[in-house]
Amino acid sequence: MSKNNMTLPDLATALNGLETEEGMSFNAEVINGEVPTLQVTVSDREEFPIYITIDDSQILAVSYLWKESEIKPGSREELLEALLTLNIPMPLSSFSKLGGQYVIFGALSCHSDIEDIIHEVDTLSDNTLEALESISEFLQ
Amino acid sequence: MSLFKKLFTAVRGAATEAGEAVVDSQALRIMDQEIRDAENELKKSKEGLTTVMAQKMATERQVKEKQKAIEEHEGYAVQALDKGDEGLAIQIAEKIAEFSNELTPLETLLTGQTQSVNQLKQTIKQTEKRLQATKREVALIKSTASVQKAQDAIAATHSGSTSAMSSAMDSMQRIKARQQEKSDKMNAALALENEGGDGDLKAKMAAAGITDSGASGNSILEKLKAKQSNASAQ
Repeated sequence: MSKNNMTLPDLATALNGLETEEGMSFNAEVINGEVPTLQVTVSDREEFPIYITIDDSQILAVSYLWKESEIKPGSREELLEALLTLNIPMPLSSFSKLGGQYVIFGALSCHSDIEDIIHEVDTLSDNTLEALESISEFLQ
Repeated sequence: MSLFKKLFTAVRGAATEAGEAVVDSQALRIMDQEIRDAENELKKSKEGLTTVMAQKMATERQVKEKQKAIEEHEGYAVQALDKGDEGLAIQIAEKIAEFSNELTPLETLLTGQTQSVNQLKQTIKQTEKRLQATKREVALIKSTASVQKAQDAIAATHSGSTSAMSSAMDSMQRIKARQQEKSDKMNAALALENEGGDGDLKAKMAAAGITDSGASGNSILEKLKAKQSNASAQ
């Protein structure tokens, strides 16, 4: 292994206060728990933070979308169809579900460097808003 | 593999609760226990593989020994025939038959052991993959639980402005409203800047003596003065 694996505190330090070329700035904070999780808030999009976990096999970045209860009655099938259709055209991210919570996520290799991770967070944040925009007609 | 079926069912149960509110810690404990059980099972399978592999190596050695013995005795038999000792040759040939009869079951055993090793290896590989996948899923559920706890804590501290409690659409509307406000402010600033630019130009023109007004106090006074001096000169 040529590169050292990134840890959450490393990542927090690297992301905190960072500003991208597009003017996005990040604020990162480790949430301690049984599985430590990094909460990354993106400026002007504080409502949809990105949560990052690192394990032996991958770095996972997740953004929480809507809950099952937020779907307009009778629209569920169309919504699921739309999500499946969006999965491939959407760069780097995919949709998933954790219980009743819909999520959008991206997975990276443990050996990714900081630029890759910044790009991932950046893209995931854009994708979160775009996904919500595209799906909004099915939500209440 | 019923163990894994059980495991996935447990994951699904805990995840459903994770989606609703906070993960049931009891469900998570059961899941952790089941992952540990699966890991123990895997460990046993690996130990089993080691045993079968050792047995297979022993069989291989026995097969080689028999094959070597047969080869050697075939040489002896030829030598005995060369010396015209048919009786000895037959005795040697009987020995070879004995070795051959011993070799056949050994070869069958070896084939079986080779298959077992391959099967065990494949099972272990698959089990490891599924265990990894389950662990990842459990980790994500736990991470979600941590996030929810943190969000609940924030919500409790700053009640009123909680993103945790509002719907995705509400959050989206807020972001959009903020973006609109931002772009309005930017447009207003831009408009102000333009006006400021005009004012600036007027000041510069005035400083250069260029005025857009047809008459000013000074210019009229100058004209009067000029008239006066003209009159006194006449």
